[in-house]
Amino acid sequence: MKKLILPVILLTVLLAGCATVDLNAPIPAFETGIDPSAWAKIPAGAFLSGQEAEPATIDYDYEMMVTDVTVSQYTAFLTESLASGGVKSGEFNGKKAIVGFYPGDEFRAVKHEEKIEAGDWILIPLEDPASRFSFDGSVFAPKPGYENHPMTNVTWFGARAYCLAQGGRLPTELEWEKAARGTDGRAFPWGEEIPLNVANFYSSRDPFEDMSSFGSRTSPVGFFNGQTYGHYVTLSNASPYGLYDMAGNVWQWTGNVYAGMHYRFLRGGSKDTYDMDLRAWVRNNATPTYFSPGVGFRCAR
Amino acid sequence: MHFLQTRFNYLFKTTKGLILVAITMIGLETALFGMLSGPMAEFGVRDWVIKNLGMQIVQAEREGRIIILYHSIAMGVVAIETYMITSLVRMKPFYVSAVRVLITVGYILTMIFGMGFAYWGHNWALHGLYITGLSLIFFAGTLLTIALWPWNKEYSQPNREYASIKGFDMERAAFFTTALATLLSVLFGAVPGSYFGNGFQTFLAENIIRLPEKSLMEFAVIGHLHIMLALICIMITLIIGRWLDFKGIMHKIAMPLMILGAIVLSLGVWGVVTPLEPIAHMVIYVGATPSMLAALLLLIWSWDKLIRQGTAQFKKPNILQKLAALTDDPLRFGPTWQMLFMNFTTSGIGIFMAVKLDEIFRVWPAREERIELTGHWHVLSAIVATIILLYYGDMIGLKGKIRKLYGWSIIILSDIAFASVTIFEMKRLSVSEAAQQPLVNTVMLLMDLGLGLLLVLLAVTLIWRLLDLFRNKGRWVEEVDHELSQEVK
Repeated sequence: MKKLILPVILLTVLLAGCATVDLNAPIPAFETGIDPSAWAKIPAGAFLSGQEAEPATIDYDYEMMVTDVTVSQYTAFLTESLASGGVKSGEFNGKKAIVGFYPGDEFRAVKHEEKIEAGDWILIPLEDPASRFSFDGSVFAPKPGYENHPMTNVTWFGARAYCLAQGGRLPTELEWEKAARGTDGRAFPWGEEIPLNVANFYSSRDPFEDMSSFGSRTSPVGFFNGQTYGHYVTLSNASPYGLYDMAGNVWQWTGNVYAGMHYRFLRGGSKDTYDMDLRAWVRNNATPTYFSPGVGFRCAR
Repeated sequence: MHFLQTRFNYLFKTTKGLILVAITMIGLETALFGMLSGPMAEFGVRDWVIKNLGMQIVQAEREGRIIILYHSIAMGVVAIETYMITSLVRMKPFYVSAVRVLITVGYILTMIFGMGFAYWGHNWALHGLYITGLSLIFFAGTLLTIALWPWNKEYSQPNREYASIKGFDMERAAFFTTALATLLSVLFGAVPGSYFGNGFQTFLAENIIRLPEKSLMEFAVIGHLHIMLALICIMITLIIGRWLDFKGIMHKIAMPLMILGAIVLSLGVWGVVTPLEPIAHMVIYVGATPSMLAALLLLIWSWDKLIRQGTAQFKKPNILQKLAALTDDPLRFGPTWQMLFMNFTTSGIGIFMAVKLDEIFRVWPAREERIELTGHWHVLSAIVATIILLYYGDMIGLKGKIRKLYGWSIIILSDIAFASVTIFEMKRLSVSEAAQQPLVNTVMLLMDLGLGLLLVLLAVTLIWRLLDLFRNKGRWVEEVDHELSQEVK
């Protein structure tokens, strides 16, 4: 009997690893009071960029969205664009998707570079169980509780299409970084330290995660603004220019298309990453067709 | 005074004492700084450690801290391998003493002052002592390479059971070649280290892996970390072969392969900073093949030996009796088993990645690829550590049930952890991000359980050795005059 104890424990642990995740588990709803349609102005001037805080300059004023684009905002865009023919239903890798036109990138045949040709590219997948919207064939709608959460499962093409439709564009990496950390070279939008209740990151114990079952989920945009929700006290993660969630919650697509590579860069870390990835200079990258429940975006203009 | 002097002499003047000190230093460092990441960070242990030990953690310096941490642990491992070589391979007593003094002072300076600089503020005197430590280790390596000079007739190999050409000892030549290649490969880290260090820039190779254009210095760093680990692995294979008294036809084939592998592998890695960079990977594959084949020959030979020895009493042993004989002594079976297991967790994964790079891995975001990259070399490093611990178990004379418990615990616990790391690295092949949490929880639990219990086992062993030092006729007394070459079997 004693000999069986260890194998039984191991078997139980292994079986637990095969458990399924309830992607539609109830999610708490909170009103953050932060307006997702607001834009913040970032003035022209010098700032400190990168891990070594080297001097850099952006010599023009620009604006960036105060929060990530929400599911409500993006589904409204999709419904409107589908009706107007700006986007259409299609397929990507044999699966249903919403696609839109992209004029293509110059191909230089650098090692590992892949062609991004002009044509229709995936904006969002339609049948991914992790998507936070519903679609009845003509109208897109947020899943209940996710209206003010960041739009996720959106590709770089999907992010770009949204920003263009709003008269904007995706921010460059440099614009993104300045908006996130201001001019003084700080590591995080709010400073140097990262307490658990200032952002949504891996195992940050926010009300939206349960590491024993579904793991970490997105939080409403602007959730960490100093408010107290029930018993959960947040600290404000606003950047020096008033942008929220520039660290954590979702990785954010940036707009640069670099010569000789098809990858697009993401900034900010996400609900699924440790705090080190939330540092303002950390870069992630992926193919422009990549989508994930941990990737979103915001626009600049 | 006599009490202290005899213990000091044991710990710093004998092979087994020096190895014990180095294992202890690495164990302490791993235990302490392991509390700053992974689950320990999640449990809040990291914050407690930082606060109570007065560490000064600057966000922008994380990569620099990690680089110093890796180096200081690696220097301890290099010191252990050096102690083993100087005790197993014939060389003049002067070289044995000089190499040991230099490398001991070197790795201790590196560890203490490197970590002091990295985690407790930037006192540049500490950084200077850290660099001094590294330099002393390089100097020790230079002397070791000279001591291993294989063309010295004094060290010819008269026994025809071992690989030799007209008395020229091929095994010694393999040790020499690996040591020399290691010395030269150090430069690929030292030069860019000085370059980036003077500009106070740090980066981890896994973070720049996808950039299409890399500078020569960046290529050098990537090459350095790969070749150093590979050469540490080749050296531990040679050491284990010597301990087990590798000989016969397999030895005669394996030693030239070891030499060829070390040379071609090194040339391939050094090639990344030359115009040959586009074909460097191909050269590396060519070089890795003979090295791995040589390790396979050692495995075949040693398993055959264990089986033959363990079934000597049977006229015609059946498969179960052979299996029982093979696995009877985990300390002698374990090192080569770990080498085999490495293929599932490191080599196999590496080859699979290389073959499917653009098709699978480069479709994943860089962060996922980074997890795979860091995971596979953490496992490889840890496998080397377990092989050292298995050999150490034999060195300190573990017998009977304790020997089996110690050996099998290391093998099983580490392999559970390494298999879990491998599943974690490759999870995206089977599970989406949204659905991964149960799998992540399971493999993380198994990883932590395996590595945690392994550290507990190590702690128990080290505490026992510490208590033993207080005994006048403890085991340490027996070990004072023992050289590893006397225990080759």
